[in-house]
Amino acid sequence: MIRGTVFIASDICKGCELCIAACPQHSLSLSRQINPKGYKYAELINDECTGCINCALVCPDAAITVYRQAKVKKAV
Amino acid sequence: MEIPVLENLEVVYKKPETLTDTPFHYCPGCGHGVAHRVLMEVIDELGIQEETIGVAPVGCSVFAYHYMNIDMQQAAHGRASAAATGIKRVLPEKYVFSYQGDGDLAAIGTAETIHTVNRGENILMVFINNAIYGMTGGQMAPTSLCGQVTSTTPYGRDPAKIGFPLKITELIAQLPGAYFVARHAVHTPNAVRKLKKALRSAFEYQKLNKGTCFIEIVSNCPSGWKLSPLESQKWIEENMFPMYPLGDIKVPGKNITAPSTENN
Ligand SMILES: Cc1ncc(C[n+]2csc(CCOP(=O)(O)OP(=O)(O)O)c2C)c(N)n1
Ligand code: SF4
Ligand code: SF4
Ligand code: SF4
Ligand SMILES: [Mg+2]
Repeated sequence: MIRGTVFIASDICKGCELCIAACPQHSLSLSRQINPKGYKYAELINDECTGCINCALVCPDAAITVYRQAKVKKAV
Repeated sequence: MEIPVLENLEVVYKKPETLTDTPFHYCPGCGHGVAHRVLMEVIDELGIQEETIGVAPVGCSVFAYHYMNIDMQQAAHGRASAAATGIKRVLPEKYVFSYQGDGDLAAIGTAETIHTVNRGENILMVFINNAIYGMTGGQMAPTSLCGQVTSTTPYGRDPAKIGFPLKITELIAQLPGAYFVARHAVHTPNAVRKLKKALRSAFEYQKLNKGTCFIEIVSNCPSGWKLSPLESQKWIEENMFPMYPLGDIKVPGKNITAPSTENN
């Protein structure tokens, strides 16, 4: 099961690559396609994302939403 | 903006509510976007959207009010802290901040900057130092570095002819009206976390009525510097930080300290 994941608004992304450099899991890369603005956009490329939010913190276009596996509540 | 709901996963980070859905007009990789976002995150977390008034400058961030979903006023070039002074004096219960570039705050607005802090106006001044006039085509700013090539210093800034980089943040920290002065950056996740903490403190201090809070953000201008966003981050570390070291410069209750050289 994955630990975390990201949703990147590909139409807002400007392909600056700052999120890619900030990802400790090497989980992000630029697309081959271009978006309506003419930029390649950042994409998740593997299942290693931990939901650490580093990419979202440095994204200048607020394009990234980060998710983490919900904590399973232990039965008492 | 619609963000997907994913099964068994919880959202741990999303764009702050106080940022509008208007996409930024900034160039790819520009630090203005991060600075706007972090500022709005702090306003969200403090729950002061309705009580905050910002003043936008002239410069690339002239349209800050398209993005920051709070009451805002745009000021004449360099005069944001003067406009913020008026707003705060008329509405002292509001949180008031100015957001200004280096050309705005440290060139044409130098007099307003110094006198606002010297009067100890009870506002927050956010100072985006990218060592250049981004908006008008990359001309030299007072904060441009020695040797820095800009469109008006094509052979590099020569201090013998046009003076030295102006460390206006250290300068205003000397004034008794300055309450909290710090220099931060937005180039790494940790730098962003530290900036956020400082902005939060600055808004909280505003309730105490003790004087001006001033936060410099060492930022970039990939377009003006003629570098890719990633190269601009490296250029910040190698060239900006030796001149503009990060850290607290004046902390309430403490004597003036030299900023640390810890740069992450
Ligand atoms: C009175 C006046 N003088 C000059 C200008 C031209 N002008 C517009 S923005 C700017 C400098 C902006 O640089 P900075 O404040 O560093 O902002 P940045 O774009 O780098 O964020 C200048 C000189 C103006 N708009 N008004
Ligand atoms: S949340 Fe962390 S691990 Fe996941 S993509 Fe972003 S930086 Fe990489
Ligand atoms: S940091 Fe943001 S704008 Fe830049 S490539 Fe990543 S998602 Fe796109
Ligand atoms: S010109 Fe420079 S400061 Fe202005 S938006 Fe572009 S990168 Fe940012
Ligand atoms: Mg500037």
